[in-house]
Amino acid sequence: MTATAPAAEATVRKSSPGTARGPRRRTGRLRRVGLPYLLLLPALLLELLVHLVPMVIGIAMSFKELTQFYIRDWSTAPWAGLDNYSVSVDFDAPVGKALLHSFLVTVAFTVLSVGLCWLIGTAAAVFMQDTFRGRGLLRALFLVPYALPVYAAVITWVFMFQHDNGLVNHVLHDQLGLTDKPSFWLIGDNSFVALLTVSVWKGWPFAFLIVMAGLQNIPRELYEAAALDGAGMVQQLRRITLPSLRPVNQVLVLVLFLWTFNDFNTPYVLFGKSAPEAADLISVHIYQASFVTWNFGTGSAMSVLLLLFLLVVTGVHLALTSRGRRTAQ
Amino acid sequence: MRSIRAAATGAVMLSLALAASACGGGSSTGGGSNDSPKELTYWASNQGASIEADKKVLQPELDKFEKQTGIKVKLEVVPWSDLLNRILTATTSGQGPDVLNIGNTWSASLQATGGLLPWDDQQFEKIGGKDRFVDSALGSTGAEGQPPAAVPLYSMAYALYYNKQMFADAGIDAPPATWDEFVAAGKKLSKDGKWGTAMEGSNPSENVHHAYVFAKQHGADFFTPDGKPDFTNDGAVTAVKQYVDLMAKDKIIAPGNAEYAQNQSVSDFAKGRTGMLLWQSASANLTSQGMSEDAYGIAPVPVQSGTPGAGTQVNSMVAGINLAVFKNTDNLDGATAFVKFMTSNTEQKILNTAYSSIPPVKAAQADPAFNTPANAVLKDTLAKSAVALPQVPDESQFETAVGTAVKELFADAAAGRPVTTDSVKAALTKAQQQMPTK
Repeated sequence: MTATAPAAEATVRKSSPGTARGPRRRTGRLRRVGLPYLLLLPALLLELLVHLVPMVIGIAMSFKELTQFYIRDWSTAPWAGLDNYSVSVDFDAPVGKALLHSFLVTVAFTVLSVGLCWLIGTAAAVFMQDTFRGRGLLRALFLVPYALPVYAAVITWVFMFQHDNGLVNHVLHDQLGLTDKPSFWLIGDNSFVALLTVSVWKGWPFAFLIVMAGLQNIPRELYEAAALDGAGMVQQLRRITLPSLRPVNQVLVLVLFLWTFNDFNTPYVLFGKSAPEAADLISVHIYQASFVTWNFGTGSAMSVLLLLFLLVVTGVHLALTSRGRRTAQ
Repeated sequence: MRSIRAAATGAVMLSLALAASACGGGSSTGGGSNDSPKELTYWASNQGASIEADKKVLQPELDKFEKQTGIKVKLEVVPWSDLLNRILTATTSGQGPDVLNIGNTWSASLQATGGLLPWDDQQFEKIGGKDRFVDSALGSTGAEGQPPAAVPLYSMAYALYYNKQMFADAGIDAPPATWDEFVAAGKKLSKDGKWGTAMEGSNPSENVHHAYVFAKQHGADFFTPDGKPDFTNDGAVTAVKQYVDLMAKDKIIAPGNAEYAQNQSVSDFAKGRTGMLLWQSASANLTSQGMSEDAYGIAPVPVQSGTPGAGTQVNSMVAGINLAVFKNTDNLDGATAFVKFMTSNTEQKILNTAYSSIPPVKAAQADPAFNTPANAVLKDTLAKSAVALPQVPDESQFETAVGTAVKELFADAAAGRPVTTDSVKAALTKAQQQMPTK
């Protein structure tokens, strides 16, 4: 939608010279000016319907005491004012404390996951910048985790992480002897590692794909010139590749951040409805607050808080990166 | 640059949508009607070894119903992991099945939502009256003093299944009747990679069933008489500790069981990896896993005194499935006729035989088919020493909160961390804090 708006403006501007030349011209002008808006209308209506209406309903729900007694006809649920919010952010009380814990776990998880995804993805893309035999095959192979259906992929990891018969314990414990006894991956503290592993495995091919596309836009001449000037591999990477990838990376990191922070499927399939404390991601936490305890008001309030947080992060990110671009120009 | 900004804006919108979609909802009002008298949708719970197995059991009966009444029943067997969510969604949206199975412990919770048709005396008359059903089963159909939210369909009880060969090899003459004997037998069986018994450590509901019965045996409950959560009283703490100690202290359960949530304990028992199994109506399940009926014995679940009975001698929850009519049904008469059909003596006999459960209908229960030794134990338990889980609106939250607390305690035990009275109390305190305050 945003991409088409400037085009509409351009049409408007172009049509402005022919003003006030009789009624026939005016209807013609109206038609020309109105047409883009008319064409936009269906998209606008759908946008309202698909995005804004559920959001507004969700926000409205967050101000209601929407428990099991009212879900059948939730217009009868009493208004709760800011109660749901004060419960969610009262970090001394159990509900707020649990939410804060879950938030911190999610932040740590997101930072590590995005960092690793970016690092592995970029490294792989850079190493495969030059043509060699089998490059196409490797590229296709690298993209497999990204192409697999999430559920099928994660359920396979569940089998691999099992304590008794899992492949991970078989390799780490039985074959390599790295641990004294088989470890638990799906319960207890190790669950964080398991979650991070699956998330990175699933996410890095996307980073790889985007960076690979970005690399195509760097002119080969730059490298040739740099090589003539005596720049080595590392120098070329630092002075040419990374600066050229900057705009791509800015978007990539933002998108990865949002996806990872909001990820629901991975923890849900790995751990089920009640995630272990060490891997209690906020999306599942909110799900549990609403569906498992049947309190949709508090769940909605938490969702709105999450939304505000993501908006702030995104806003700050966009402000910083666009300022960076302006100074660069 | 513009495209990047557009992409970023798109990403923001996406995140908004994702966050918002977590809280979408709708509203609906109105009761049942008879707008579509020739069709019914039925959500069955997964009772047999698989969804397919259930369809094979149910479809012929549904065809029979269609022949009798001309009403076509569309069957969907819903896995346990989804059932409660599906019911909640149906209640919220008003779009759901006409008739559905519910776990009987959810009765009071679902009753409070107002999504299910109340079975007052007049409604009960249409299916032959309340007197046709066994009292213990009726005790698990909703809060006291209100018309039941559902009608009993299958009754089940916990029993102790034991592997005869493994008992003989370990020199155990008789199935244990007290918990001391149970632990002693378990220790004799736990050797050479085999274990005394198995538990579904990561299955909150299963954990709660055991914890509740243990609490009853200590004269305690998880709710006060007026329905307020009381998870941290001494009896409840002792009960949960005794249950988790089977792994933590007595070491008669393999640590890997802390991860179990998909009935792995049944297959472990069927494959001879464990000598004992505490399970509800397991016969059909064991048969389907290839264990012959001669290979195992069945006895009542142990109690402190050795003789099951009422009060502190209870040894099972009243387990079972209830059949409910969705209030928004557009075929109220058809739905009622279907409930009547499913609870008829003939169908009760067929269905309960297929699922190795006990009919909650008195006349059907008296049938010789339910007098086998296995069924005798279950019938006896249901009649004399089973207790209904609390019939309070917060029951389903209680299952989740306490069940999850026990799951975390099993995780501690499995990792070799100590499970103490204090750590159990802390876990239960946390569980209680998650309960609704209003």
